[in-house]
Amino acid sequence: MIKLEQVSRVFPGSEVPAVVDLTMTIGDGEVCVLVGPSGCGKTTTMKMINRLIDPTSGKIYVNDQDTSKIDPIALRLGIGYVIQEIGLFPHMTIAENVATVPREKGWPRDRINQRVDELMHLVGLNPGTYRNRLPADLSGGQRQRVGVARAMAADPPILLMDEPFGAVDPITRARLQNEFLRLQEQMKKTIVFVTHDIDEAIKMGDRIAVMRDGRLVQYEEPDKLLSMPADDFVATLVGRNRSIKRLHLIKVNDVVQNETPFVTPEASVDEIRSAMEERKTNTVLVVNAVNKLQGVISRAELKGVEGARAAQIAQPVQNTVEWGATLNDALAVMLNYGERYVAVVNSREELKGVITLNYLLDLVRDDAAA
Amino acid sequence: MRQRNRVLGWTVMPLFLLACGAFTIYYFVENPGGAMAARLLIYPNVFKLIQQHVLLVVVSSLLAIATALPLGILISRPRFRTLGLVVENVVNVAQTVPSLAVLALAFTFLGWGFNTAVFALWCYSLLPILRNTYAGIRSVSPSILEAARGMGMTPGHILGRIELPLATPIIMGGIRTAVVINVGTATLATFIAGGGLGDLIVTGIGVRRTELILAGAILSAVLAILLDHLLSQAEAEFG
Ligand SMILES: Nc1ncnc2c1ncn2[C@@H]1O[C@H](COP(=O)(O)OP(=O)(O)OP(=O)(O)O)[C@@H](O)[C@H]1O
Ligand SMILES: [Mg+2]
Repeated sequence: MIKLEQVSRVFPGSEVPAVVDLTMTIGDGEVCVLVGPSGCGKTTTMKMINRLIDPTSGKIYVNDQDTSKIDPIALRLGIGYVIQEIGLFPHMTIAENVATVPREKGWPRDRINQRVDELMHLVGLNPGTYRNRLPADLSGGQRQRVGVARAMAADPPILLMDEPFGAVDPITRARLQNEFLRLQEQMKKTIVFVTHDIDEAIKMGDRIAVMRDGRLVQYEEPDKLLSMPADDFVATLVGRNRSIKRLHLIKVNDVVQNETPFVTPEASVDEIRSAMEERKTNTVLVVNAVNKLQGVISRAELKGVEGARAAQIAQPVQNTVEWGATLNDALAVMLNYGERYVAVVNSREELKGVITLNYLLDLVRDDAAA
Repeated sequence: MRQRNRVLGWTVMPLFLLACGAFTIYYFVENPGGAMAARLLIYPNVFKLIQQHVLLVVVSSLLAIATALPLGILISRPRFRTLGLVVENVVNVAQTVPSLAVLALAFTFLGWGFNTAVFALWCYSLLPILRNTYAGIRSVSPSILEAARGMGMTPGHILGRIELPLATPIIMGGIRTAVVINVGTATLATFIAGGGLGDLIVTGIGVRRTELILAGAILSAVLAILLDHLLSQAEAEFG
């Protein structure tokens, strides 16, 4: 548990304080997201927790211990930290970067190596390929993964993450977010997560702390924040049509339609046509005997291919989302690939169903009417 | 490929430079261009002068590294931040004092000889090493340092594992500059009886024998290139 009591910070030479009278409690296993415009004091708040910055006044407790009375090095070794600019050490390999804290704690070499491999698997980087690369040889998204792996290396109960997925494109960011949420379901760490993106806050947070000019404006669960914004500032931040923002809170798992039109790879053109007629659609998915998604066929592709089998006509499907993604991710994928539906697959690429644009529109409309 | 370049760097280039030096010695000893020069240009004497020269450079450079490196690290600590700025500026001004003046000053206090020459060279080569050590450490990006601190690394480990390795290219640059300058400046040691290849050059000027001047100048140039090359090679190997 992390507790801040009336914490303020004034930087020398600056008239306005960066953080004012902040009081909040972050429960064990909770993801607390600090959100607000640039310069509102999110990073400062976070750095006060691991004492990179000392508060001018007020007290901070980590697991009921006053942090000002703990040796800062010992405190920091127990708190994972992902900084805003990732801050990988450019002269060290990925493995050495990830091993920073275990090495600092003096773990034996075998245990460090084993842990590094484990973590790299965890964040989706193949150790065989990436272990000995330098940070400069990685993509932005891969570097962010390494940053997260490094913070989790010694399995700290608390993680501080300052815009950990800031510097990547929206699709990659959504993927990193989903992977991270999946990990968090098992890890149950206490996390302080900074972002200036309200959508990310709604998606990631168990609780959201909205900050403005160094003050805490509202500290609430995402759903409550959407339904009862404390003031105009929060209302503007979350937007007028909150049913759209709620797309972040609904998982595809909960709403996926599994009466999807599909055919087997061996289906003939006639069979494909009748499947389309039956469902009154222009597209069918091709799914094999073990439920793996093989491709998609649209009506236009059926011309002049009499006698062919489904597997030969099918086009690859790119507009998929993974089990655990949000409806907002699904919408983003539709927009990205210009399709009116997405296929939902699990991690073994088995088809779980589809979500259509019409369904999303209905959902948003219902909510707005209610 | 890199492996091969490395092996070539340790063998071909040094051997080539040594061959250049050997040929220079051979040529001028065989063609001294007069009886006066022939007395100086004999093998034992030339080798003795080269040995003195190398000794002057190596001893003064090692001493300079041993003092300037720790000092540079010290003034880069946040606690001595202001001191660092002062030193940086003083160094830039001090660097404009001519090397001959430094030598002359050292002479007035310490008298003739090898030790005085080493002292003067040491003074003169402190500056580039000090400045580059400080600049190299200060050039490490604040976000990298913050990540290191935030993860609980001790100040000692941050210095040893992050700051120094990242500053190495710049520090090595300072050391190479210092050594190359030293090879040149060491030719002045002859004025205070410090020995070295300067003996050939200065005598050559006195007796108007181009052969003597050329022999001294070419040999010290080859020495400078050789030392610089070896240092850059070492940097690539261990940096
Ligand atoms: N070391 C410092 N010295 C002086 N002022 C600072 C320092 N660090 C931050 N500030 C000021 O404190 C305020 C809050 O900064 P902070 O970094 O916490 O903002 P932030 O919410 O993290 O913003 P962003 O989203 O841009 O990262 C800003 O006005 C900033 O200029
Ligand atoms: Mg910030």
